[in-house]
Amino acid sequence: MRFLASFLCGLIFGAGLLISGMTDPRKVLGFLDLFGAWDATLAFVMAGAVAVAASGFAIARRRTAPAFSARFLWPDRNDIDAPLVGGAILFGIGWGLAGICPGPALVNLAGLSLPIVVFVVAMLAGMIGQNLFGKNLWRRRTMAPRGVDTASLPSRADG
Amino acid sequence: MHDFTPLSGLAGGALIGLAAALLMLLTGRIAGVTGIVGGLLQPDTADRTSDHSWRIAFIAGLIAAPLIAALFGAPLPRPAMNASLVVIAIAGLLVGFGTRMGNGCTSGHGVCGFARLSGRSIVATFIFMTAAVVTVAIVRHGIGG
Repeated sequence: MRFLASFLCGLIFGAGLLISGMTDPRKVLGFLDLFGAWDATLAFVMAGAVAVAASGFAIARRRTAPAFSARFLWPDRNDIDAPLVGGAILFGIGWGLAGICPGPALVNLAGLSLPIVVFVVAMLAGMIGQNLFGKNLWRRRTMAPRGVDTASLPSRADG
Repeated sequence: MHDFTPLSGLAGGALIGLAAALLMLLTGRIAGVTGIVGGLLQPDTADRTSDHSWRIAFIAGLIAAPLIAALFGAPLPRPAMNASLVVIAIAGLLVGFGTRMGNGCTSGHGVCGFARLSGRSIVATFIFMTAAVVTVAIVRHGIGG
């Protein structure tokens, strides 16, 4: 059941990206290009998505458990640390260069166009690289003094 | 403005929000694409075996969406991209590395984080939006806009 529910959520998410036009890097770059022919569509996509998601989350907060799992895994961090800021800067530069972020990259993968395949392979390599090297480097430098390592808790991730 | 499509934007956005709401209500998970994909690639995840199936299912759903649309006559997404393959590869590396380092992307921080009113996510979203705007300004208009 959890598998099917998750598949349907991915399907709806992908449909939303397609309908909103956010799988087209030209529309995304049109939003990010404040100094050109600005296309405000992305702001409307975000507004619609946040409004509906917030309503659904409000319902979830009043429940004790999700339908097909033992518990809600709400992200529990609220600190603003260097990896959050540094990671967001690196992601933003990459997003601005190509106009593609992880969700639309995967939806576009269905078309198997060469630029998208190159992007997704590089993106996965970047994720693996960060898993292998980034966290270790960071932990050695800034997190070593901490006694408790909560890295394996799934709720530690924001998204 | 050119190509401004607020209605399909709102409708598509609402579907994205619905998917995020349903994933939480049904499976208790945050619909963050970075976290969902990254969790599959993490060698030291504690809950690996029980955890992988829902991640793969969500990703399969994302890829199936345009395939199902194609059955009804929609073209498969093959977006035109101006950047060279080298720049696209660099962009992909930065997106992959950066989203994992910052624990989220447009879906996890942008949509779900804003919906939860998470200060962390709101800060991250403003930073990656700003970095992207500055990058586009430099690429398209030269340094200084």
